[in-house]
Amino acid sequence: MGMTLTEKILARHSGRDRVRPGDFVVARVDLVLGNDITAPVAIKEFERMGAPRVFDPGKIALVPDHFTPNKDIKSAEQVRMMREFARKYMIANFFEVGQMGIEHCLLPERGMVVPGDLVVGADSHTCTYGALGAFSTGVGSTDMAAAMATGELWFKVPETMKFVFTGRLNRWVGGKDLILYTIGRIGVEGARYRAMEFAGPAISSLSIDGRLTMANMAIEAGAKNGIFMPDDKTVEYLKGRTSRKYELETSDEDAEYHSVHEFDASEIQPQVALPHLPENARPVNEVKGVRIDQVIIGSCTNGRIEDMREAAQILKGRKVARGVRCIVIPGTQAIYLQCVREGLVETFVEAGAVVSTPTCGPCLGGHMGVLAAGEKAVSTTNRNFVGRMGHVESEIYLSGPAVAAASAVVGEIASPDEVVSQ
Amino acid sequence: MTVTGRAWKFGNNVDTDAIIPARYLNTSDPVELAAHCMEDADPTFAKKVAAGDIIVAGSNFGCGSSREHAPIAIRAAGVSCVIARSFARIFFRNSINIGLPIFESPEAAADIQNGDEISVDIESARIVNVTSGREYSALPLSDEIREIIADGGLVNHVRKKVRRDA
Repeated sequence: MGMTLTEKILARHSGRDRVRPGDFVVARVDLVLGNDITAPVAIKEFERMGAPRVFDPGKIALVPDHFTPNKDIKSAEQVRMMREFARKYMIANFFEVGQMGIEHCLLPERGMVVPGDLVVGADSHTCTYGALGAFSTGVGSTDMAAAMATGELWFKVPETMKFVFTGRLNRWVGGKDLILYTIGRIGVEGARYRAMEFAGPAISSLSIDGRLTMANMAIEAGAKNGIFMPDDKTVEYLKGRTSRKYELETSDEDAEYHSVHEFDASEIQPQVALPHLPENARPVNEVKGVRIDQVIIGSCTNGRIEDMREAAQILKGRKVARGVRCIVIPGTQAIYLQCVREGLVETFVEAGAVVSTPTCGPCLGGHMGVLAAGEKAVSTTNRNFVGRMGHVESEIYLSGPAVAAASAVVGEIASPDEVVSQ
Repeated sequence: MTVTGRAWKFGNNVDTDAIIPARYLNTSDPVELAAHCMEDADPTFAKKVAAGDIIVAGSNFGCGSSREHAPIAIRAAGVSCVIARSFARIFFRNSINIGLPIFESPEAAADIQNGDEISVDIESARIVNVTSGREYSALPLSDEIREIIADGGLVNHVRKKVRRDA
């Protein structure tokens, strides 16, 4: 009996020939990540653990992105704690404002994750890096502290659910639509404690940006990790970003799966997830017409250059509807600069949108676009929980960048087709 | 060890944004966090909860963000234990790591009513509903997890390891 890629990575990192779902292993980690909310707690726990040093300063990344640029004094104190910790333990990968971006956009962009890696991060969306064929999972702050101190962590080997997408993608359908559709089918705990493996011709044709979007939201189905088989696209993406050697390991043909789910991509339309759970996914045509107050285009889910291009394609030569606030947030400085160079920023500003420096900000109701009572937003972020973006009586509709941009133009939830054919 | 307190019932998919909203995450001070515990699910909870009380919830409790502030807020609010039909993975791990006892028990989660007096034996995972007289069993914790709890949480568990390797 063969192994899935998730099992292979966990086996290799725990010094075993093979592992089976349910096994407890202590595995070595290749990268440990923390942000301005989770790292301060981890730093306190690290100091309590009494370790004289971090296991490897080159394998720790500290990214202040949630409330940065610092939104208030308390946030500034939290980032100062990270900065001082980085200096004390000689952690080079502390990303100051100016270099920083949204962590899950930044780390892949800088080539800090390669296929076969085992990554843990004190942020639930750390599962994003599975797009590159890594085992990558979100943990809490105490786990982050333990990983920084010892370079290893315990894991229970998850069962793997396989999702095969056949057929061709429809126009305006991307990674976000595929993952919302999937969560809509299996529910927000449909993959609880398990690995989600994505495969099939529609996945092979999907760009790395699109795969990062899908892996990012594996947690919204309760999964431990999302994972893609590394391929030519992965190799192309990593070219020039890393000098590390890596192998293109994949799941065995005779690997054992918890379940296999096959979806025909050609039947999937652009999706919108209604309040207040990501599992409330519907084709956009079924929810058109809901009046909105705000649109957010960005986040660790959809803040990459392809997302920006898709939004700009719809906003170009058009105007954001009166009464709608459209906030565009490129995920990193490099993406921001690319948006400037390609004229996308000009398109956004001319349309009446604002363009923000990279930050998680509004996604978690932090800053840069918090909702008032009764307000509705279409957002390319990942969670539409009660109160996530502000007041408990506000509402979030999740979508990809095309639906979000089209909705900004119309002033209500809209399909990209009705705007572009106008 | 046995803990006893009143049950606070919650539904399915209580996410960590409801347990401790992000607007309060500019601090990691447990006392400040406890003052806003469960605020977006029940704004009166933090004021009314008494030391030893027990949260009883449906499925997927603690889903969403990995913020350890969630179990920290619950513990600092005086809650002695959380019982749910099921837990989200990261919340489960975080609770074990900080030493907040949590138990998966579909029958307890379904049967216990808001305000019932509940008693839980942490070692044997036996749950007694003092109000109704009914007893429930919970999924026993694995040996690996019990070892971490026996060491008093992950920090002490790692301290032992750091000393051993030194």
